[in-house]
Amino acid sequence: MVPALLTGLALGSVYGLIALGFHITSSVCGAVNFAQGSSAMLGAVILWMLAQAGWPVPVAAIAAIALCGLYGLLVERVAIRPFLARRSDAWLMATVALGLVCDNGMMLVFGAEPRSLPSALAQSSVRLGQTDLGVYPLHLLIPIAMLLLAGGIDLFRRRTLHGIAMLAVAQNRDAARIMGIAVPRVIAAAFALSSALAGVAGMLIAPLAHVETSMGVVLGLKAFAVAILGGLGNAWGIVAAAILFGLVEALVTLGLGSGYTQIVTFLLVIVTLALRPDGLLGRAQVRKV
Amino acid sequence: MAILSSRRAILTGITGSILAGLTGCTRQDGMIRIGLITALSAQSAKSGEAISRGLSIAIDDINASGGLLGRKLELIRRDDESNPGKGVIAARELLYKEGVAILFGGLDTPVARAIVPIATAARTPFVVPWAAGTVITHNGTDPNFVFRVSAVDEQVDKAMVAFAQAHYRTRRPGLIMLNNPWGQSNEKGLKAALATAKLPAAGSERFEHADVDVTPQLGRLRADGADCLLMVATVGPSAQVVKSLDQMGWDVPIVSHWGPAGGRFGELAGPHANRVKFVQTYSFLGPDNPVKAHVLAALKAKYPDIKEPQDVTPAVGVANAYDAMHLAAIAIRTAGSTDGDAVRRGFARIDRYDGLIKSYRAPFAHGQDALGEADYIWAEFDKGRIVPLPAGAA
Repeated sequence: MVPALLTGLALGSVYGLIALGFHITSSVCGAVNFAQGSSAMLGAVILWMLAQAGWPVPVAAIAAIALCGLYGLLVERVAIRPFLARRSDAWLMATVALGLVCDNGMMLVFGAEPRSLPSALAQSSVRLGQTDLGVYPLHLLIPIAMLLLAGGIDLFRRRTLHGIAMLAVAQNRDAARIMGIAVPRVIAAAFALSSALAGVAGMLIAPLAHVETSMGVVLGLKAFAVAILGGLGNAWGIVAAAILFGLVEALVTLGLGSGYTQIVTFLLVIVTLALRPDGLLGRAQVRKV
Repeated sequence: MAILSSRRAILTGITGSILAGLTGCTRQDGMIRIGLITALSAQSAKSGEAISRGLSIAIDDINASGGLLGRKLELIRRDDESNPGKGVIAARELLYKEGVAILFGGLDTPVARAIVPIATAARTPFVVPWAAGTVITHNGTDPNFVFRVSAVDEQVDKAMVAFAQAHYRTRRPGLIMLNNPWGQSNEKGLKAALATAKLPAAGSERFEHADVDVTPQLGRLRADGADCLLMVATVGPSAQVVKSLDQMGWDVPIVSHWGPAGGRFGELAGPHANRVKFVQTYSFLGPDNPVKAHVLAALKAKYPDIKEPQDVTPAVGVANAYDAMHLAAIAIRTAGSTDGDAVRRGFARIDRYDGLIKSYRAPFAHGQDALGEADYIWAEFDKGRIVPLPAGAA
C-alpha cells in the first residue's frame, strides 16, 4: 500500500501544481485558462524537443518553462483580455478553443506517437526499508517540488512589490489602477506564471508516463477538480486538496481497481462540494449589492 | 430480424445509388479501384502507413504483370483517425462515389465493425489486414463479405496461454488488460482459453489508457500468486505495465497480444522492454524466401527510409496487407469480373498462393480467416527492433 500512496501523492502534486495556476489567475482577474492541461503538455513536449536537439536538460527545462510563460501571455492576450474588456464570459470557450488549437498544432510539430523522456530520477526504484516495495526518486521529489513552489508563490505575493501588486489587483482593480499599478500587465503576468507552473507539472510527470500531445487533457480536468475542491481562492486549500485527491485516487485503485477510480473520486468531489460549496478551505465571497 | 436486415440493405442500396447519382456516379475510366480505410494520422498512423505500403507494393506487382482483367489497379486511401464515425463516412464515399471493387481497412476493431454492415449492404468484399476482433469475420451475415489476413483474437488468446505454459510453465497466470472493448473481449477469450487448459487464473485486472501507475493492479496479482502475466494493451499502456513492474522490482514474464508492436514500445518501456514476448504474424528478420527478398527490394526502392529489414515496422501491417492484396487479386481473376458477389465467391475458390507470410492452400474455403494459430510467431523488442524468437526459445 505504501508505494501506491506515494505514487498517489506524486500524481496529486502534479494536479496541484496545475491547479495553483487556476488559483493565481482567478484571484487576480476572476478568469482561468480552462486549457491549463495544454500548458502542461507544452512543458513536456518542448523539454523533449530541446533535449532531442542536444540541449543540456537543465537549460532545456528553463527554456521550456520560459516558453510556457510566453504561451500564458498569449492566452491572456488572445483568449482572456478581449472578453474581460467587454465583461463577457466567452473567455470560458475561448481558452478551451485555444487549448485545442495548441494541442493539434503541437501534434503537427511533435507527431502523434507518444515518446519517452528518460530521467535518472525514474530509472531505478528505491526500496522502502527492508521490503521489496519500491518507488522512483521522482515520486518523492514531485510533492516536495509542489510544496516548495506553493510556498515560493506565497512568499512572492506577500513579500515582493510585484506580488503585492497582484494582491492589490485581486482585491480592487480600480483602486489598484488609481495607485499606479499597471493592471493589464499584472493580469498578463499572472497568466504567464500560471502556464509556467503547469509546464513544470508536465515536465515532472513526463518521465513517469510518456510525452504526447494529448497528455494534458486528463491532467487539466483533474487539476480543475482539485482547484474547486480546495477553494479557488485559497492556495493552501488547493495544496491540501491535491494531496487528498491523489491519495483517494490511489486508495480507490488499490481497493476497487482503476475502473472505479474516476467514479468514486469524482463522486467524492461532488459530495464534498455539496457539503462545502466554497471548497475545503475556501471562503464564501461577499458581494455588496 | 431477417426482414429488417434486408430492408436496411435495400434502403442503404437505394441511398447509395442516389448518392452516387448526386456525386457524379461511379468512375468509369478503366481502372480497378482498391479502397483503403485506415488510420493515417493520430497514434496509429505508423501502422496505417505500413498497411498502405504493403498494399502499394502488391499493387505495383500486379500492375507490372499487366493488371487484372486487362485493367490497372489504383489505390485510394482515406484516413479514419481510428474513429468509427469517420470510417463509416469514408466507407460510404469509397463504395458509392469511388466505386471501389474491394475495400481494405480496419486497423482498429471498432472501425472495422462499423464498416462491416456498410460493405455487406453494398455487396462489396471487405478485407481486413490488421484488426483482430473475432466478431469482425464472425459477424453473423450470410453471405459473408468480410475476409481477413491477420491474427484473430480468439486464437491469439489460445496461443498466449499455450506459449505461457510451454515456455514459462505457468501454473497461475494473471491477466492484465486495458479497460476498453478490445481488452474486455480478450479477457473473455483468455478466461475461456485458461478454462480449456484447466489453468486457474491468479486474477484479472484492468487499467485505463491514461494510468501512470499500474502498481496497485500488479500488486494484487503478485499477492494472489501470479507467476506469469497475460497482457492485452496498446503501446503506451503496455509500456506503463513494464515501468510499474520495474518500480515494484517484480521480475515476472509477460506474454502479450500484439499491442506493443504498433509503435515505439522499445523506447517507451525502457531497458526491460524485452521482458514482453508478443504475438506476430510475420517478421522480416525471420527465414529468407524469394517473396521476402522481392518485397524487401521493392520497399527499399520505393521508400527511402527503408534500408534494412528491421526498418520495415510494424512488419505485420506490411506483410498482412501484401498477402491480402495478392489474395484479393486471385479472387478477382477467379471471378472474371469485379462484381462484388462474384469476387466474394472468388475468395472462397482461391486454391493456392505462395505468399510472404506462408503458402496459402484454399485459405477461405472453410472460413473467412486466412491465418490461424499455427501461423503465429513470437517476438520481442531488442534495441528498439522487433526480433522473432527462435522456435522453442523464451
